[in-house]
Amino acid sequence: MRFMMIVKATSDSEAGVLPSQEQFDAMQKYNEELVRAGVLLAADGLMSSSNGIRISYPEPGGKPKIMDGPFTEAKELIAGYTLIEVKSREEAIEWALRMPDPHGFGQGEIELRQVFEIEELTNNDDLLAKETALRKQVKEQRQA
Amino acid sequence: MSVSDTHRTIDAIWRIESAKLIAVLTRIVRDIGLAEDLAHDALVIALEQWSQNGIPNNPGAWLMTTAKRRAIDLIRRNKLRDQKYSEVARNTDLYTEDDMDHNLDGEIGDDLLRLIFMTCHPVLPQEGRVALTLRLLCGLTTDEIARSFLAAEATIAQRIVRAKRTLRDRDIPFEVPAGEELSDRLSAVLEVIYLMFNEGYSATSGNQWIRPLICQEALRLGRVLAEIVPYEPEVHGLVALMEIQSSRFRTRVNSRGEPVLLMDQNRAEWDQLLIRRGLKALDRSQKLGRPFGPYSLQAAISACHAKAPTAPETDWIRIAALYEALSRVLPSPIVDLNRAVAVSMAFGPDFGLQIVDMLGNESSLKGYHLLPSVRGDLLVKLGRFDEARKEFEHAASMTRNERERELLLKRAAECNSAH
Amino acid sequence: MRFMFIVKATGYSEAGGNYNQKYTDAMIAYKKSLAGAGVLVSAEALHPSSTGIRIMYPSDSEKPEILVGPFLADQELIAEYTLIDVDSEADALNWALRMPVPTGCGEFKIEVRKLKKNLGFLRYSGTCALEADLKDQLSMLKNF
Repeated sequence: MRFMMIVKATSDSEAGVLPSQEQFDAMQKYNEELVRAGVLLAADGLMSSSNGIRISYPEPGGKPKIMDGPFTEAKELIAGYTLIEVKSREEAIEWALRMPDPHGFGQGEIELRQVFEIEELTNNDDLLAKETALRKQVKEQRQA
Repeated sequence: MSVSDTHRTIDAIWRIESAKLIAVLTRIVRDIGLAEDLAHDALVIALEQWSQNGIPNNPGAWLMTTAKRRAIDLIRRNKLRDQKYSEVARNTDLYTEDDMDHNLDGEIGDDLLRLIFMTCHPVLPQEGRVALTLRLLCGLTTDEIARSFLAAEATIAQRIVRAKRTLRDRDIPFEVPAGEELSDRLSAVLEVIYLMFNEGYSATSGNQWIRPLICQEALRLGRVLAEIVPYEPEVHGLVALMEIQSSRFRTRVNSRGEPVLLMDQNRAEWDQLLIRRGLKALDRSQKLGRPFGPYSLQAAISACHAKAPTAPETDWIRIAALYEALSRVLPSPIVDLNRAVAVSMAFGPDFGLQIVDMLGNESSLKGYHLLPSVRGDLLVKLGRFDEARKEFEHAASMTRNERERELLLKRAAECNSAH
Repeated sequence: MRFMFIVKATGYSEAGGNYNQKYTDAMIAYKKSLAGAGVLVSAEALHPSSTGIRIMYPSDSEKPEILVGPFLADQELIAEYTLIDVDSEADALNWALRMPVPTGCGEFKIEVRKLKKNLGFLRYSGTCALEADLKDQLSMLKNF
């Protein structure tokens, strides 16, 4: 299963302040560890939101509204992400705990989210149960 | 944290750390079975202590230090019995948590490599290699391995015991083979990984849509190996092949659990991230500047399909050339048949038929039902239906697979009605 | 390759008697050594045929005929079996000859039989992948 570790933006990352050499080294070492364990799929850092745009749909079916960055609420913004492939949720948590504090200054925040995969979309118990019921119904109709 | 939470966390830590632990311990005690036992002992101690005192900051280093202590204790106890081991004990330094980090990168990578050369050693039968590798390098339980192969747990457990014994009895060294032996032994390792992958890849059937565990493990192990031996082009080739094949996982079986051929797959659903990773791995293989080996070539062929926006836009000329190269490094009738079909797609069925006809003269291919079957398909393409029908009937008489025979006879019947 | 060691029933085993302790101990040690060598798949002892039934399909009738044990202690009766998985026939014979035999209980017979279709658990190979590729290519050949 795939998980995304989302590094939240901070006032520093939004101001375009690069991480210290120490933080940078720690992060690089961590990424190497992920690669050596064969679990890293992708990792990228994003430019600050001053570089971004937002497209919103204030009215359903209406025209999109375009807003240029920067955006203010730093906690809701993301600064980077790391995508990993692991065997269990616990393993993902373990890797997330090993990620170095991305910012320091008490602002570092990592969010761990599981990625939807086709299997989950098609192979859930509800759907399977419905399908079984449907099959049974069809079979009964044929016999009738 | 509840006890069961702690257990689950420790499971996850075990999965991340076990191969490294076993690799380092094997270097110390020179016995794969003993190393696994010692690693397990450390895990048991962790379960006791962590449930009470919480999980330490650096659990990997904790496990390593604990396991090494036990290893060295054991060696000291055996000191009088075996002088060789006491030498080892004297020269083994115990890591503290601080200097663990310095040793993580190079040295453990080397130990992991030695371990995989051991579990994939040619003295073991193929199945023993696969089971032992999954157990020691992927950290799978015997039960997980058994379920992946639809085999009885006892059978797998006994295979593992036997493999460990053989390694011990034959005194197989814990080392990276040198010189000419290296390339042969590396192919054996790659073969085990690809075998694991294919087993998982082909096992999808019925409504078993969940990506088989061993497939994912094979891919992960390949990625690990690519980091430990980045200078071996075929390692990247194999990783590329597995990444690209994996990108089609979700499209290769339909909702009824039936296989979907490449041509009919929804290309929009192919996993672009894995394709990109595959192409990058192939690029790494190429940049090493040596001629492509069998895995890189197969990956390159797979890449042609991955890059084609639609099936008719496939670059058949390149595929034909790659199969030509593959037939030279991996000579086999199935490669030649693939080449014949690719050549037909690129240059027309006349040219494909020439290749098949040349193959037909080889006595080693007598009895290979795919030969007349492919010949039949090419003849149909050329409108020579009478000849095609005979080929399909011939092929049908050669196959032992009931379903395949039916399909071939159907093809033969279609030739009759084509007139 | 897998082999079955079939221990034939004797008048003694059919009477429900246990062979002496020495034999029982030797048998346990033997099974342990099989397991230790990683060749044991399974080993079971059967109750005497007095607890068994036979389902017979006579040639002139479609209905099965059920016979209740005990059956005659002839060559057909089995008392125990051991299933092993080894690398060669020589290994199998070697293990068979090491199987303990009770003393003082008359004639004792062990039959060694090779199991059919030793598929093991690996079903696929690199060739299978290439055969799948051929199928894919052929489907395109037919359609384009």
